[in-house]
Amino acid sequence: MDQKIVLEASGISKSFPGVKALSNVSFALRKGEIHALMGENGAGKSTLIKVLTGVHERDEGEIRLSGRVISPKSPQEAQALGISTVYQEVNLCPNLTVAENIFIGRHPRKRGLIDWETMNRESERLLDRLELDVDVRQPLSHYSVAVQQMVAIARAVDISNGILILDEPTSSLDASEVSSLFKVMRKLKQEGLGIVFVTHFLDQVYEVTDRITVLRNGEYVGTYETEQLTKTELVSHMIGREWNETDAKAGAAKEIPTGGEIFLTAGSLGKRGSLHPIDLHIRKGEVLGLAGLLGSGRTELAKLIFGIDKADEGTLTISGEQLADMYPQKAIQKGLGFTPEDRKVAGIVGELTIRENIVLALQARKGLFSYIPLRKQKEITQHYIDLLRIKTPSGEQKIDNLSGGNQQKVILARWLATQPKLLILDEPTRGIDVGSKAEIRKLILDLAATGISILIISAELEEIVQCASRIIVLRDRIKIGEVSGESMRENVIMEMIAKGAEVYGDSDGIGA
Amino acid sequence: MAILTALAHRLVKQKLIWPLLAIAALFLFNLIVIPEFYRMEWKDGHLYGNLIDILKNGSPLIIIAIGMTLVIAKEGIDISVGSVLAISGALAVMLLDSYPLWAVIGAGLTVGLLCGLWNGMLVALLGIQPMVATLILLTIGRGIAQLITGGQVLTTSDEAFQFIGKGHLLGLPFPIFIALGVFLLTYLFKTRTAFGLFLEAAGGNKTASAYAGIRPKVIFMTAYAITGVCAGIAGIIISSNVASADANNAGLWIELDAILAVVIGGTSMRGGRFYLGGTIAGTLFIQALTTSIYSLGVEPSSILLVKAIVVIIVCLIQSDVFRQSFILSKKKVAQR
Ligand SMILES: Nc1ncnc2c1ncn2[C@@H]1O[C@H](COP(=O)(O)OP(=O)(O)OP(=O)(O)O)[C@@H](O)[C@H]1O
Ligand SMILES: [Mg+2]
Repeated sequence: MDQKIVLEASGISKSFPGVKALSNVSFALRKGEIHALMGENGAGKSTLIKVLTGVHERDEGEIRLSGRVISPKSPQEAQALGISTVYQEVNLCPNLTVAENIFIGRHPRKRGLIDWETMNRESERLLDRLELDVDVRQPLSHYSVAVQQMVAIARAVDISNGILILDEPTSSLDASEVSSLFKVMRKLKQEGLGIVFVTHFLDQVYEVTDRITVLRNGEYVGTYETEQLTKTELVSHMIGREWNETDAKAGAAKEIPTGGEIFLTAGSLGKRGSLHPIDLHIRKGEVLGLAGLLGSGRTELAKLIFGIDKADEGTLTISGEQLADMYPQKAIQKGLGFTPEDRKVAGIVGELTIRENIVLALQARKGLFSYIPLRKQKEITQHYIDLLRIKTPSGEQKIDNLSGGNQQKVILARWLATQPKLLILDEPTRGIDVGSKAEIRKLILDLAATGISILIISAELEEIVQCASRIIVLRDRIKIGEVSGESMRENVIMEMIAKGAEVYGDSDGIGA
Repeated sequence: MAILTALAHRLVKQKLIWPLLAIAALFLFNLIVIPEFYRMEWKDGHLYGNLIDILKNGSPLIIIAIGMTLVIAKEGIDISVGSVLAISGALAVMLLDSYPLWAVIGAGLTVGLLCGLWNGMLVALLGIQPMVATLILLTIGRGIAQLITGGQVLTTSDEAFQFIGKGHLLGLPFPIFIALGVFLLTYLFKTRTAFGLFLEAAGGNKTASAYAGIRPKVIFMTAYAITGVCAGIAGIIISSNVASADANNAGLWIELDAILAVVIGGTSMRGGRFYLGGTIAGTLFIQALTTSIYSLGVEPSSILLVKAIVVIIVCLIQSDVFRQSFILSKKKVAQR
């Protein structure tokens, strides 16, 4: 194996007001390796990447590229040096087409004009490589977060030259996309690229990476050969104390309420072009899972129930009352809560503080004139910062300054604060570290035990199986079945989804 | 020393500091160049002087800028305020002949409200670009005001009405109290109800706020409605001050000063956070600048130019990017 070091950072420190994000961190990337960067939420992974690529100016330390000291001032400069990066918060232009997004800033030209044909053809070829079948002429906003993430990756892969950095690229991808991404990563590695890969999925780390560097609280813990490090050791390094997997799974003893009163019923609820009419009911204190691949209609169903999208057929009944028309305000009045999958677009209000983000939904329910006193707001905020272990110097910090996983926790806090009767969780643990993930799953079960109903959507089948007492399986926007009790196993569900193909014919791609 | 720099850093972060510094610099300049600028006089139980003039003449602008702050927080803009002001003033003076004062004031405010709702409807409900939507009322507004005045400058000699713009209370011009009242009301509305939170959330991220159960459209309508009422109030003050209604010239270009005041006050045109205190400081700066230029005796024809230059300087100093590159280049020089 080629041991040549292409990118080396040493003694890197970086502080933000009130936070020491990195202190004396070292990191070395070899040629032709896939190197995982691991750590809890807020450990400093993204900050390190941003320092390496010139988004943030470092306070101390040195960066060397193939032995030569570099000091990029902007991502563009880093790119020119051959470091191409997909940041955690994907920065694309939703109203440009997929192809334009891939070629933005470097459009192919013909006689001075943009050569659309070449651009589109090249984009198709690139996405083909990632086994992604989308219309590159469509605006990007037309597609799901997962597709957008793949487009960002395709772009980065295309411009990469020596080094590719991927910050949580797989957080919203399905198993199949992940495997095509890994195929490409392995190929690039063969070609001699050095790849930095951040993820909270341990399995993925063991599947593709060669070495692992662990950060904790902004400090360098160590670098290890992936093969020689067990999962338990890895997580123990990350959290700084002994950890074993059974601990995390404990508390998953769930009760299965069957006699509970029905809280919500959907009767042939559907919307043309988005979801085939579907029947479902949720009991009080029940955790109902929605499984299916990307674009199978999971999120669409959640949006119909919460009234973000308007159903064009079917009925929705909550606590025995049939509702003629649904919109988020009403849903909240009826005791619903909804954490959306797209944190940046539909979740956080970046400019506001953690406190303001947390009280937003509760205040919306109370209305304009029953303003929650500041003291009370602070109390609520502190309560959830402690409960969910949100890593921040104070509740008055701008939410934009939090790490991705901690932002996700704030959105969860927003809805917990409303003390909902039914909580719809669309990818609630996206981007959340191993330890907190287990805690949140436990929290979900605890909530259910107090009589709150939960509708959970997750690309991680394991998560759904662990939390839910019943699972509805969707495919191609159709409900293809339901599992509960004994048959509620990952392989059973996968099989159902696969078989669905035979029953319902070919899928129409993972678009939309 | 460390404490001092930390304090300096904190202050720099405060949006309010820039307009206040600008005012201080301007006053310092005046102190050196035109010391008589600060002369105050006590005549017939009233206080007179440039400083009082700034407050008095700035009152309509303050009121309009307060409304403007709200729509800019929404990532919007309202360029029709000058025209709305003209309509309200014209209506008030016209009605004065045959109706009691309270009805006249009520009519002025109501027409402002209606104009605001109209703008709000175009922007929030129909999704028209704020600049284009309010352009409609900007152009036809003056026409409507013309219709009301019958194409002439209406005058009035109603004493009670004139008190609004010309009267004194506790030795100070009455409009100052109106501006103070509008500020306090808006400030209370922002901080004692959830309106501030909702507007900042909806202005910052409309989709996310809708998911959280806020109705951005209602919030935006409200912001435009308040702006309309503010323009209505300003219209009454201005027409009362000159005891006449001039459909063509009342409040001409005031929207530009108001937008400028808001931006100098630290509210971003991209929406989100808004700073009412900053807006007041911004308005006072602009008004003080205008008054100073007049007392300097600058040629009327070049007044706008001087104003533009000063405003450009203030905006540049305010810009993080500019400040940083400036500081950086200074550091580099120091290193050499
Ligand atoms: N712009 C900023 N201003 C202030 N603090 C920041 C800023 N960016 C990051 N931080 C803080 O620095 C710390 C490290 O954040 P970072 O985003 O690097 O974490 P991370 O390891 O990527 O976590 P995650 O797994 O959640 O993405 C966090 O405590 C975060 O709050
Ligand atoms: Mg991160």
